[in-house]
Amino acid sequence: MSVTHVAGENKGTIFIYALSTCGWCKKTKEFLKELGLEYSYVDVDLLPESEEDKTVEEMKTWNPTSSFPTIVINNKKAVIGFQPDKIKELLGI
Amino acid sequence: MSPAQEQIDQLYSKLKTEAEEGGYHLNPDATFTKNLISGLLTNQTRFGYQSCPCRLATGSIDDDLDIVCPCDYRDPDIAEFGTCYCALYVNEEISSGKKQASSIPERRPTKEQRQKQGTPNTQVEKRSTLLPYPIWRCKVCGYLCSRETPPEKCPICKVGKERFEKYTI
Repeated sequence: MSVTHVAGENKGTIFIYALSTCGWCKKTKEFLKELGLEYSYVDVDLLPESEEDKTVEEMKTWNPTSSFPTIVINNKKAVIGFQPDKIKELLGI
Repeated sequence: MSPAQEQIDQLYSKLKTEAEEGGYHLNPDATFTKNLISGLLTNQTRFGYQSCPCRLATGSIDDDLDIVCPCDYRDPDIAEFGTCYCALYVNEEISSGKKQASSIPERRPTKEQRQKQGTPNTQVEKRSTLLPYPIWRCKVCGYLCSRETPPEKCPICKVGKERFEKYTI
């Protein structure tokens, strides 16, 4: 899976399942960047087909509807959709 | 390759005009909206149709027809949340800047649920004996008409005839 890492301050592990074409995914990435936080993401629509299916299955363990964006915080909890306050709350910032 | 700015601007103007004519509104945040339109054009190149930029399409039109923009879920989402799933279309309140659009839950049933339901297109056609012509319903906006075949294009929301279902009473 081709994961992109964005450098920044580490306030916890942040991983985004995103689509390269999605507006709310873009907003989520921009929001984290503005906060200067370190995060990683995968644009599922850009993956080869075999990896795409595997990634969606993995994503379903966090979000059964497999909607985008799904943001996994500290490998513990998932935020579904662009919810900046919830992300902050889970990161304790 | 990203779509050209000129192409994005052209589709933006077309969709905006069509939306206003039919009583719909595009998201007033032009940067956000044009980004979504860029996604629609990317999907047009990828799949041959403009599927929702915020949903993962399969590339098979039979599986993706309900999420070709405007999707089958736009109108119920605007009614409930004031915005469609990707927030390309919004209601009057958001359009006029009185309220902000926000991310909403996914209404589309999962793949498993959709397979179980079967698409409305595969439902058995029943023709009412009371009516001289069948009734066609636009699955996107609910427009009804009574004629032998659905119109080429929905006069309200502009989707193609493949988005119509036979409506049985």
